[in-house]
Amino acid sequence: MIPFDFEYYKPATVAEACETYRTLQEQKKSVVYYSGGTEFITLARVNQISADAVIDLKGIPEVQVLEMQGDQFIVGSAVTLNQIAESRLFPLLAQTVRGVADHNSRNKITIGGNLGSRLSYREGVLPLLLADCKVRVAGGMKGEGERVVSLSDVFDKQLNLEQGEFLLQILVDKEYLDLPYVHLKKTKQSKVDYPLVSVAALVKDKEIRMAFSGICEYPFRLGEIEEVVNNTTFARKEQLKQVVGKLPAAILDDLHGSAGYREFVFRNVVQETIDALEWAQK
Amino acid sequence: MISNGKSKTVIELHVNGDSHEVMVRSGDTLLDILREQLGLSGAKRSCENGDCGACTVLADGKPIHSCLSLAIESCDQSLMTIEGLMGSPIQQAFVDNWAIQCGFCTPGFILNCHALATEHPNASDEVIEEWMCSNLCRCTGYQEIKEAVQSVVRASGNA
Amino acid sequence: MTTNQGWKSVGNPEQRIDAVEKAAGTVKYIGDFAMPGLLHAKLVTSTHAHAKILSIHTEEAWKVPGVRAIVTGEMFPFHIGPILADRPPLAWEKVRYYGEPVAIVVADHEYQAKQAVQKVQVEYQPLPVVNSVQQAFETGAPLVHENSSQYMKIISNVYPVPGTNIGSHIKIRKGDFQTAWLSCEEIFEATYSFNLTDHVAMETRSTRVEITPSGKVVVHSCTQSPFTIKKVFNQFFNIAVGNIVVHAPLVGGAFGGKGTVQLEPLAYLASKAVGGKLVKLENSREEDMITSPCHIGLKATISLGATKEGKLVAGKYTFLVDSGAYTDQAAGITRAAALDCTGPYNIPNVWCDSYCMYTNHPFATSFRGYGHPELTFAVERTMDQLARKLNLDPIRFRLLNTIKPGDTSPTQTLLDANNIGDAAKCIERAKELIQWDQGQRRETGERKVRSKGISLFWKTSTTATNAQAGTVLTFEADGSVNLNCAAIEVGQGAKTVLAQILAEKLKMDLKDIHVTMELNSQYDPHQWRTVASSTTFLAGRAVLAAAEDAIRQLKKTAGIAMQCSPEDLDVGGGRVYLKANPEYGVQIKDIALGYKYPNGHTVEGQIIGSGKYVQRHLTPMDENTGFGKPGPWWSVGAQAVEVEWDPKDYTYKILKAITVLDGGTIINPMMATQQMRGGMSLGLSFASSEGFIFDQQGIVRNPQLRTYKIMRFGEQPEEYLVDFIETPNIDGPYGARGIGEYGVIGAAAALGNSLSTAAGVELNHLPLIPELIWQAKQGKEEEL
Repeated sequence: MIPFDFEYYKPATVAEACETYRTLQEQKKSVVYYSGGTEFITLARVNQISADAVIDLKGIPEVQVLEMQGDQFIVGSAVTLNQIAESRLFPLLAQTVRGVADHNSRNKITIGGNLGSRLSYREGVLPLLLADCKVRVAGGMKGEGERVVSLSDVFDKQLNLEQGEFLLQILVDKEYLDLPYVHLKKTKQSKVDYPLVSVAALVKDKEIRMAFSGICEYPFRLGEIEEVVNNTTFARKEQLKQVVGKLPAAILDDLHGSAGYREFVFRNVVQETIDALEWAQK
Repeated sequence: MISNGKSKTVIELHVNGDSHEVMVRSGDTLLDILREQLGLSGAKRSCENGDCGACTVLADGKPIHSCLSLAIESCDQSLMTIEGLMGSPIQQAFVDNWAIQCGFCTPGFILNCHALATEHPNASDEVIEEWMCSNLCRCTGYQEIKEAVQSVVRASGNA
Repeated sequence: MTTNQGWKSVGNPEQRIDAVEKAAGTVKYIGDFAMPGLLHAKLVTSTHAHAKILSIHTEEAWKVPGVRAIVTGEMFPFHIGPILADRPPLAWEKVRYYGEPVAIVVADHEYQAKQAVQKVQVEYQPLPVVNSVQQAFETGAPLVHENSSQYMKIISNVYPVPGTNIGSHIKIRKGDFQTAWLSCEEIFEATYSFNLTDHVAMETRSTRVEITPSGKVVVHSCTQSPFTIKKVFNQFFNIAVGNIVVHAPLVGGAFGGKGTVQLEPLAYLASKAVGGKLVKLENSREEDMITSPCHIGLKATISLGATKEGKLVAGKYTFLVDSGAYTDQAAGITRAAALDCTGPYNIPNVWCDSYCMYTNHPFATSFRGYGHPELTFAVERTMDQLARKLNLDPIRFRLLNTIKPGDTSPTQTLLDANNIGDAAKCIERAKELIQWDQGQRRETGERKVRSKGISLFWKTSTTATNAQAGTVLTFEADGSVNLNCAAIEVGQGAKTVLAQILAEKLKMDLKDIHVTMELNSQYDPHQWRTVASSTTFLAGRAVLAAAEDAIRQLKKTAGIAMQCSPEDLDVGGGRVYLKANPEYGVQIKDIALGYKYPNGHTVEGQIIGSGKYVQRHLTPMDENTGFGKPGPWWSVGAQAVEVEWDPKDYTYKILKAITVLDGGTIINPMMATQQMRGGMSLGLSFASSEGFIFDQQGIVRNPQLRTYKIMRFGEQPEEYLVDFIETPNIDGPYGARGIGEYGVIGAAAALGNSLSTAAGVELNHLPLIPELIWQAKQGKEEEL
């Protein structure tokens, strides 16, 4: 149970959602967009988040889309992780999101919620970062317009949307869907846990692309790391050392694992990933 | 607006084939309302954080943690609790396979298993594990539960 | 119809009598009760591990609509506790652990109480934090309790040391350790440790209390100790025992955590503050883990000395039990760990110092096994390491030293064939089941390592010396029987076992026995508690006594009906019949409410059997040597674990978990197997992944199941193997011993032994997460 009270809205259209947001904003109310709601409820029940109003986006048809449209794979932001996993239209995304939380929770957690999570993992973004995908964003204070932008324009460490904006859809080019891929996730002990290291990788034009979560305090894909990974002149040991050296931030040191152990796991995971994809580079 | 955040809202929940009007706060979870207003206490309150599965109910046939849903967002769904599943083969399988000790996690496991058998009548052990690891049991060694689930999945798969 | 068909119940895998209701989801647990007008209490808990309370401001909290009362510590400035009364139910003057109750808010609705809790402002002045048993033990350490010498002792065997953090010091002095130690040809010493953990019963603790206008106090609780609630309310709130009524429904898992009295006094204070109205106090998961009592941590140092041939000569044991902020049952666990400190080995010279240490951690209470899983981890790891040093096979080394009739326990109880089971047989059988002879360690084709570990264990039931149980049987007009007793069904199957014992004794069909599942302390005869694997023994004997009483009455009434001597009669199959001519008899249903002559006159009335049993000849331990008789019998057993370990990333899978227990006669083999599997699962979960993680300030960083991981479906061993050796105990019902706790006892040790063998490094700390093995391999294993 959430101890505090809040207004609850469930708009049926993008326009209605935008209007609701702006009205609440004028009333100086704090607003939270809501789709699966699992994170909101877990934080709110222990007073780690508050809101005067909640706008539930699930009633908007666009956010429920999960299909091929021409050469694009469209995923609405309120599509659940299990729907994505079961559709198998994008196998790497399917496998990656299957590693998030547990099966029951994945019937509720949405891809939009995962990308916008306050926790540092946001594993659902990893395949999307590799697939150069675009996102359709709506809302905001400026008008009712929607905009389509590259994910990389709005996702740096976290989803950075304009005030009042929300994610409507994710658009992935068909050519990325069936590339050779690997997803690995290592935890402290239990399978249902946050990752020590999670990696998604695919091979495009004989080059390995890799994105990581868990190792640092945000998910990332880094060209410098991929350069090292794809540089076949390195001996493997040197290659791993170089990759570790290119990490964009300090290795996490927390109750799930020490930095030293995480690095050990990270090296293993990178090696395992390269080993698994080597064939596709040839 | 569905709730103004001040007074309670009357909503209609569809549970076990019946419709019920209930008065909810926006902050009430589905679990709270099922238990306290509808007397459907088979869904258990245990972690309220989506970590244990004791509160599992089916929403449109899918198992969810009812502690992680607001009652107010559940109006459009067809809900099922353990009370809507009397005398099923799954319940008998849990009895026959010694899969019950204290019984507190049992309704959650059984509902999850029911959804699994419906959706994947020939589920592999891997799929069984993927689904069932949403629920925690502290009394058994899980082997009995696994055997109960396997017996049902196989039986419905053959049917 | 008078044959033995259908009478045999002991030894049969009868279906649990509660299974159908539980599968239907219709069982009402404590928290499933709701009614209009019920008030809700919520706790304000400490945000510091050790701090002075400077002030508590409740003004803002009172402004929340629906708030009816706010209770703070100074309203009941007294200490309570089961062994040493050292704990204020609500902290006053200072807090001693993170999560400690500081105030109670009572409101019309739970959300209102939760809102108001947020608005109670407590001002603290932080004090130095005692964050480990090691730190607590050092001279000059900050004191968790400044005046421990003034605390009232509730039972005799507790010895706080004033001016220190020692809440109790228990000593075992057997033989002449000092001299013997010098004579040892091979010695080994090591230190073991793990942090406090939690029971994680799926049902969190919850209670409801009301005070009626006539002064009766009615308590509803998910408790293992209903009569202890009465005792505590009498001792500390000065309410007449007879005016306290306790109701206990079926309990959703307990594991020892519901054996102590913690929430009920708080709910009583809350109810009192609102004029006695019915108040519900239910733990959130977080509160259940850290505010309510958890499971001890331990640091143990063991030194074993042996002859070259491997015969144990002397053992020294130092246990620093992390009891957290209050002693609660940890004081008893400290004692229990001492009196069985050697494990099931014959060691003539024993020196044990077992300390119950105060720290600024959440406080601990009993946990399934009561000190034994913990001491067994340390003892059995030591046995394996000493075996390596002696170059002996670990099983052979154990067999050389296994305890047997004629030996004495650390408290110098003489063991005989009756009170000790057959430990050697257990280990031999476990050895077969794990296929020990095929090798303890081997590398697989996939560059993994499979290895096996074994452990041997024992435990006696350290009950109160006057621990007892009673039973009342009432016969229905259809000849069926109601069985009433105060054993609590926590999932262990106690009620089914008692029904089987009764069915066997009355030679009656199990379906004609109706067991009262819930407890009402006003109707049910006294029972000590449902803990310590003592129910089958104590309540089972009470059932037998009640059945004998009923049989006497049945024969008397039947004798009148049949115009013969009661001595000539027997009972069975729902009839009372002539021994000499079983065809000739009466149906029980025709005499259950008395015998009615053809003219209508009736004699004897309802058959109501009653019976009781109380422990015999138990004694407290001597303060200086530990000498005494702690329990009626020991159950012994062996466990084994096989793992598949990956040397590349240090992860592992548990392939097999095996228990062989000498539980005396097994009343229900399937339920006993269930208990062993569940026990192993609990023990392996504890050993492989559990433990509170504290920050520098003693704050628990993982008080949720999100971050405190217990074993999940799919993580259990691929195969459990369970077998029983049945050395009967003459005193037990049909020869049964206790078994409830035993599956858990050796699991951590067996896992530790198998993983140490796999990884080729000694793993002496828990939990055995891959990171710990990685650290050990790096030569920098640290205590977690």
